Amino acid sequence: MNSRQPHTDPNWQPRIVAFFCNWCTYTAADLAGVSRLKYAPNVRIIRLMCSGRVDPQFVLEAFARGADAVLIGGCHPGDCHYVEGNYKALRRFQMLRRLIKDMGIEEQRLRLEWISASEGERVRTVINEMVEQVRALGPLNLPGRFADWDREVAALEAHVHAGETAAQALEAEVVHAQA
Amino acid sequence: MKPERSHNDIRIGFYVCHCGSNIAATVDCEAVAQAIARLPGVVVSRDYKYMCSDPGQELIQQDIREHGLNRVVVASCSPLLHEHTFRNACAAAGLNPFYFQMVNIREHDAWVHTDRAAATEKALALARAAVQRVRFHRALEPTRLNIRPEVLVIGGGIAGIHAALTLANGGKKVYLVEREPSIGGHMAQLDKTFPTLDCAACILTPKMSAVRAHPNITLWTYSEVVKVDGFVGNFTVTVKRKPRYVDEELCVGCQECVKACVFKEPKFPDEFNAGLGRRKPIYLPFPQAVPQVVLIDPDRCLRLKTGKCKQTCVEACADRQAIDFTQQEEQVQIQVGSIIVATGYKLFDATRIPQYGYGRYPNVFTSLELERMVNSSGPTGGEVLLRNGQPPRSVAFILCVGSRDLKTNRWCSRTCCMHSMKLAQLVREHTGADVTIFYLDIRAPGKGCEEFYDRSLQEGIQFVRGRVAEVTDWALSPEEEGKLVIRVEDTLAGFVRRIPVDMIVLAVGMEPQADAQELRRLLNLSCSTEGWFLERHPKLAPVATFTDGIFIAGCCQGPKDIPDSIAQAGAAAGEALALIDKGYIEQEPNTAYIEEADCSGCKSCIPLCPYNAILFDELKQKATIQAALCKGCGTCVAACPSGSIRQNLFEDEEIFSEIEGVLA
Repeated sequence: MNSRQPHTDPNWQPRIVAFFCNWCTYTAADLAGVSRLKYAPNVRIIRLMCSGRVDPQFVLEAFARGADAVLIGGCHPGDCHYVEGNYKALRRFQMLRRLIKDMGIEEQRLRLEWISASEGERVRTVINEMVEQVRALGPLNLPGRFADWDREVAALEAHVHAGETAAQALEAEVVHAQA
Repeated sequence: MKPERSHNDIRIGFYVCHCGSNIAATVDCEAVAQAIARLPGVVVSRDYKYMCSDPGQELIQQDIREHGLNRVVVASCSPLLHEHTFRNACAAAGLNPFYFQMVNIREHDAWVHTDRAAATEKALALARAAVQRVRFHRALEPTRLNIRPEVLVIGGGIAGIHAALTLANGGKKVYLVEREPSIGGHMAQLDKTFPTLDCAACILTPKMSAVRAHPNITLWTYSEVVKVDGFVGNFTVTVKRKPRYVDEELCVGCQECVKACVFKEPKFPDEFNAGLGRRKPIYLPFPQAVPQVVLIDPDRCLRLKTGKCKQTCVEACADRQAIDFTQQEEQVQIQVGSIIVATGYKLFDATRIPQYGYGRYPNVFTSLELERMVNSSGPTGGEVLLRNGQPPRSVAFILCVGSRDLKTNRWCSRTCCMHSMKLAQLVREHTGADVTIFYLDIRAPGKGCEEFYDRSLQEGIQFVRGRVAEVTDWALSPEEEGKLVIRVEDTLAGFVRRIPVDMIVLAVGMEPQADAQELRRLLNLSCSTEGWFLERHPKLAPVATFTDGIFIAGCCQGPKDIPDSIAQAGAAAGEALALIDKGYIEQEPNTAYIEEADCSGCKSCIPLCPYNAILFDELKQKATIQAALCKGCGTCVAACPSGSIRQNLFEDEEIFSEIEGVLA
């Protein structure tokens, strides 16, 4: 990961994408609002009917599009509106955590939280905690890294191509000389 | 699915609401509207003081007509609050309501942040996501489901009885299923009811008879629900009918057979009298039982146990020939449109607190046992007696036995304070004994209850505040000899006391039924952590459940007294009636569907569905989703390896574009 330098941009703010289930965590975030609890403005909440709808691709897409962290919120075990969607979310979360680790993304950048509709306070705590953690980790900047990798690949390609052309030219010269 | 229009045709109207100053104080609404106006496809972008007001909605409708909008996005409060308002506004202007998308910039933004620049940026990001997402929206129709008019009521206590009668009086066909041989529930065991001291039987038995006589009610006692299939509007319920060994149609309740039974004396503990009385193998549960049909206890009857008996009961029944030893358990299937669950509670088992000596000291009773004793048709004919047949001179009530206790149950059972005060007054009336109530706090919030508490004080009932540590028969002084001694810290006096009494009554609390979890699974309900059935919303939907078409009433939802149970039963019946009378329900069309061409038939989705909505078509080797069963969680959508399962309103493209939008 040679492209990862300590971030120097003083204006950098973590960007967190959150997938909240309609029945518990989204409602809890509404409650946090109604209770006027104040928390960090770095989270963008996307509403889904159930945490079970969180396709691992959504999480990867969020990272790929520049999210510094992803938060998944669902109902407590046993409380899922759809009986057991949250357990499916848990399984996918475990898998994703290993996967992103292998990709070089710190585990703390993905978090799963059970927050019931009555836990507005918990929404605030979790979001604030996560923003602080991600701030300490610095930007993930996957799009930037993709661009770096693309540049590396392009340079490599150019290099290989240049080598091939040179070899062809040499070959042509040899043939010419033999003739 | 083909998009309805090509992207060139998309004409989006964007509206940002100030919500007075609720949003505008923290979010620069004008700046958001200006920035969104520059996005491709946005034809109109406005900010307005109150979007949900009539003029606000009119604004949307006018723009739809004048600018030919075909997508609408409103950034305001939570969609849980006003999504339907704006959807209806779109529909009123002729736009399919599902072309609408809402952005939550109040609860999720303006109200939770203080930094105006950051809040505005967040509002913009959320709005951009919605504008990108709404492009992919399609016209949808809410699915309509027909509702069968029949209702099943599970549980024949006072709540179930009241719900069944309300529905039946409304002209609906009701099946009332009760596990015990008679309806009536716990209320039938009560002597008088607080705070009016009116006789429980006098108010309950007419209702019980009305159930029996009602042409719209099919009453199945001694029966249990064993299986529930289907969904709102069309449940198929299997009911197990246990054998009574007496034909319900033929028996007239004359009880000649009971008199004639080879057991000359009643010998076996009687459930209705909390084990204080005795009954025969053939018996009527209690005098006012409905139906008035005797039953035979197969564990006690000689004929059923050994096959050897003179069968004097059959002789006594003579020509009616109601007794039938060959009866078998039956299973019946019924079709109903909605279900009311009123399965009640069970009493706390007092032996779980051994220091109170229940089961060890004969003169420690539960409140239900005392209740039966004070009842004039009870085992003692209405006399309060110690086990030795003598009336007590001093009686103590211990409150919160199995309630408000971290070691057993944390909740307040709500009725025991009042119930104990009522029993205390009755005991004083019947015996003139000294009565002391040991309490933690007296809870008398119901109508007329505080006054009843005052009256208890005036009647000379002593109140000692403190949780009783122990009940013992170990006498330390001559006046404690032969008595039960209560050891308690009197928290008002501030010292530990020993109080000798003749009789102790434990005010046992309420607990969820032992098989509540099984019923929960049968009906796909939710339970609170304590095991009470969970209502859909504690304030706004107190009798609805998270399963459409299933309502709850009475103590299965949590401890409550008779008036509250009846009120809830009426509410549940009203909700069921509203559902039936409309004839159909509209469901949010957020169901999943399968792109058959892409389905590889791997079956990974099938075990994921908690509603068994996904079937496998063996012929085509493809999965199919029954839209009527799908509740729209999207778990299968996220799991499909070929991406062939899609979800209306939460399509992959829609969510990907939202992700892109919030991060753009």
